[in-house]
Amino acid sequence: MSEATIVDARGSFCPGPLMELIAAMKAARVGEELEVLSTDRGSAEDIPEWIKKVGHTLVSSSEEGGVYHLRVRKAK
Amino acid sequence: MKRILIVGGGTGGTILANNLARRLRHEIDSARASVTLLSASARHMYQPGLLYVAFGKMAPSELYVDQKTLLDPTIHFHVDPVESFDLDHNEVKAKSGKTYGYDYLAICTGSRPVPASVPGLMENAHHVYTEDAAVKTAEALRTFEGGRIAIVTGVPHKCPMVPLELTFMMYDYFKDRELLDKVSFTYTYPIGRIHSLENVAKWAAPEFDRMGVRYETLFNAKEVDGVQKRVHSEEGSVVEFDLLIAVPPHKGMEVIEQNKLGTSGWIPTNRATLAMEGRENVFVLGDTTNLPISKAGSTAHYEAEVLGENLARLATQGGAMRTYEGKVFCFIEAGKDRATYASFDYKNPPQPRPPTRAIHWFKLAYNRLYWNSVRGLL
Repeated sequence: MSEATIVDARGSFCPGPLMELIAAMKAARVGEELEVLSTDRGSAEDIPEWIKKVGHTLVSSSEEGGVYHLRVRKAK
Repeated sequence: MKRILIVGGGTGGTILANNLARRLRHEIDSARASVTLLSASARHMYQPGLLYVAFGKMAPSELYVDQKTLLDPTIHFHVDPVESFDLDHNEVKAKSGKTYGYDYLAICTGSRPVPASVPGLMENAHHVYTEDAAVKTAEALRTFEGGRIAIVTGVPHKCPMVPLELTFMMYDYFKDRELLDKVSFTYTYPIGRIHSLENVAKWAAPEFDRMGVRYETLFNAKEVDGVQKRVHSEEGSVVEFDLLIAVPPHKGMEVIEQNKLGTSGWIPTNRATLAMEGRENVFVLGDTTNLPISKAGSTAHYEAEVLGENLARLATQGGAMRTYEGKVFCFIEAGKDRATYASFDYKNPPQPRPPTRAIHWFKLAYNRLYWNSVRGLL
């Protein structure tokens, strides 16, 4: 698996994990993978919802020790 | 002699410089330490005042104070923007051609709005992130006689409360002009609720419902069609407007990107020590960090206090002792005469209270007290 750019949004209430991901996606290249780290349970739902709506790809999603790891690929 | 160099004369840089000058007074007097501040401007702008300029409540001239008058006289201050960083040799080169060496470096160059990054946004939207833009927004509001107002918010952006504040303040402005029956508001927001802070969103949504403000979430502007007067989102939806108010996406300063210090101008920063990743004697504060926290003056203020204490120790006694815990405090104007606030850190979310007149008046007082705050007197 190729290395993903880490978006460390642990402890982020504002702007929050999804907003951090949106900003990072703007700076990423098409095909690039990013992995969001979040301590916000809601991110596990918000991020896949946004990814689906925009048309990017959710590569994987997991939780470890209270930290959610969401790996996404920029599709366009 | 320990030389501390601060690059950037905004809120963070100014507070840090004064904080260090106070803590290192004896060392500076005995030539064992020095504090140098480099800024791109001889004037210091109170950026939150731009919101009030847009509503005719402050004049642009009230936003500025000569930077030198804000600084402790022992600080070496130069209007000489840095153009290149040589972190391996502990020096920076500035526009004048002069090279400044350091033992410890703090980078706080801030951020800038980039409306041009969304096609059509710059040409068709008003915003409040520069003096010129705020003055034009005031004129657009003053001459607006009715129609569809849309609010769009780019990512990332400075001052997270501005999208809400603009909406609340426009509502009261048009209410006072008795135009509410001719004005509609569509508020859009990038994520799945109307503010990034969940508790703020929970408070604001019923307020919007009461006011008749329509809102659309998961809306990230992709392009603005100025002819059809439509904003198209990345998510495939469309919002129509007669007056478009934007919170533009921001980037860090170009000099940061040009020197390859961080993607989009945001420098990778340790969230606790504020050290630049991979560097022991370079620190970052304010909007310039890549930390997942609000880009706001209060963030820079709290970071500067932590960094001031740590740099003073590093310059005199050795190791740093304080960590930054992600503290942020934001006022929220909830209209023309009420306000509330959000205070939070990495571990504790805010619990906003109902808006009051007292908090609004305290915010107006803070607009004047700011100058004493950056001087280190508050």
